[in-house]
Amino acid sequence: MTTASFDSEAASAKRRHFLGRTVIYTILVVFSLVYILPLFVVVFNSFRTLPEISQNGLIAFPQSFRLDSWPRAWSDYCIGGACNGMQRYFWNSVMMVVPATIISTALGAMNGYILSKWKFRGSELIFNLMLLGVFMPGQIALLPWAFLLGKLGLANSVFGLILVHCIQGISFTTLFCRNYYVSIPDDLIKAARIDGAGFWRIFYKIILPISPPILIVTVIWQFTGIWNEYLFGVVLNSGAQQPITAALVALSTNGTNVRDYDVMSAAVLIGSIPPLLVYFFGGKYFVRGLTQGAIK
Amino acid sequence: MASLIIKNLRKNFGSVEVLKGIDLEAKTGEFIALVGPSGCGKSTLLAMIAGLETVSSGEIWIGDRMVNSVAPKDRDIAMVFQSYALYPTMTVRENMAFGMESRGIPKDHQVAAIARVAALLQIEPLLHRKPGQLSGGQRQRVAMGRALVRDPALFLFDEPLSNLDAKLRVDMRTEIKKLHQRVGKTTVYVTHDQIEAMTLASRIAVMHQGSVQQFADPDTIYNRPANVFVAGFMGSPAMNFITAEITDQGAGPVVSFPLADGQMARLPLHAATAERAKSRKVILGIRPEHLSRQSSMTEGRAGAATLSAPVEVVEPTGAETMAVLKFGEREIVGRFSPDEAPKTGEVMPLAVDMTRACLFDPTSERLI
Repeated sequence: MTTASFDSEAASAKRRHFLGRTVIYTILVVFSLVYILPLFVVVFNSFRTLPEISQNGLIAFPQSFRLDSWPRAWSDYCIGGACNGMQRYFWNSVMMVVPATIISTALGAMNGYILSKWKFRGSELIFNLMLLGVFMPGQIALLPWAFLLGKLGLANSVFGLILVHCIQGISFTTLFCRNYYVSIPDDLIKAARIDGAGFWRIFYKIILPISPPILIVTVIWQFTGIWNEYLFGVVLNSGAQQPITAALVALSTNGTNVRDYDVMSAAVLIGSIPPLLVYFFGGKYFVRGLTQGAIK
Repeated sequence: MASLIIKNLRKNFGSVEVLKGIDLEAKTGEFIALVGPSGCGKSTLLAMIAGLETVSSGEIWIGDRMVNSVAPKDRDIAMVFQSYALYPTMTVRENMAFGMESRGIPKDHQVAAIARVAALLQIEPLLHRKPGQLSGGQRQRVAMGRALVRDPALFLFDEPLSNLDAKLRVDMRTEIKKLHQRVGKTTVYVTHDQIEAMTLASRIAVMHQGSVQQFADPDTIYNRPANVFVAGFMGSPAMNFITAEITDQGAGPVVSFPLADGQMARLPLHAATAERAKSRKVILGIRPEHLSRQSSMTEGRAGAATLSAPVEVVEPTGAETMAVLKFGEREIVGRFSPDEAPKTGEVMPLAVDMTRACLFDPTSERLI
């Protein structure tokens, strides 16, 4: 008797469990579809023909398959009067994002190391002032930057944007690295000091080797942030010096009446491939790094 | 020759004085333990010897050099940390080599030194592992290996055993003692565990509230504690303290205090001790093991005094049995061998070894 009643309880518990799982997974699938659908629409449209798009509407399953929107978007579509496609702006963005990411991450790591392990009188104040930068909207700095870049002779150049993004990014990279380094036991630094290592040797030999989780987070954050940044790119630079985000907007506001949704879709996708790649290769470290606490 | 001398050392953090004039010295090859409750300043003192904390005033000498403003790396010291502080991304070998590499010691010397120390500590099979792959005891060994490999003038240990479980701690304690006997290096060892201090050190500095209460060999610390704090801190179970009075009714001086049934206990006292007491009121200190069951054996013994007390609680530990006895309102802990252990509720006839008892002045709390 007891076993029978136990079994029936177990069975009903199993049923409840199954029901709960089904509901959860259904909701998850629905939300995933909602999030991924725009990507599908753009991918499909980049392969559809323009007549088909105008006939069946923007959101429809593809009837035709065609690759030529991609090369057109890349090399000979007319944007803002120049008919060289996206490639120029794509390379502008690459030229901007790579050095800006590397420099701002390196500076953040160095700042974080100093502000957590070599505290000095006033270092907390400096850290708090840098934190202020995290909460300050970028547009506040827009006019000062325009003025400064003009003075420096870097107006309307990719180098100007590199400088802007390095400085604008330091608050975040410093915050990330400092918070990570705070959890590294101070005894490690003390042991290394007794072992005869100085400021730089401790940084290279002890701190950097345990930094990959936070450096990956910082790199992903900076890369996607700088790549997707639009305001500085469109205000500080013009014409051939603009990054890809500014070019994409220029493309959608082309003077002609015909909207080339096929080419635009391909262009949008070209513009989003680098951050997507960074996410695919570093995404799991991103989640891990953000949630990582102390090192044992 | 002394390899460590500390003269009137002081340390302030802001307006808080954490070290109030420390004087210590360690002879070459000596094992000094700094012991005290948390917050007594012992770790700060060690950090100052290491050069990790600045000196507010006073002098630290290592060998024949005053090192007050010498960088940690140039003090010829090695330190073992409570957290071990092994470099997590390096193998055991790299951990041990790091200090030598920083100093530009030739590669073949490094290899030889690591081989020597690894053999000494029996950690050869671990050399290629990372700290994360080691057990607590193994990490402890590696941390000591990293210190030993540089062959410094002075070893500093900062509570090295407090992260280990109880059994391993006892084993490693013996290891450290053996190691010190073999290597013979001057060592300063910080601990809050009085048993570690007693078993390891050739001399113990008992610290409390930023000053050294007593600096002496373990035997003196235990049997002739300088004051009530040292007496209460060293020894487990702790020394029993009883406020008492010195009286003399013709048959020589006695210390007397009230017992449970309104009677007075009268324990005979050495005349010389009684003379040293400035007032008639004293604090009588009796260690638990100096109480025993009254028997024909204890009768003729010199300095033996007798009284009876009811037994409240009995705590057998196997090798010995602790019992809580009522001396009037006061609870007194006694330590008995199991075959003479009392039963709960028994009124136990006791013999007190008065030759070992300590008297303290009630106002200054110093040993009389």
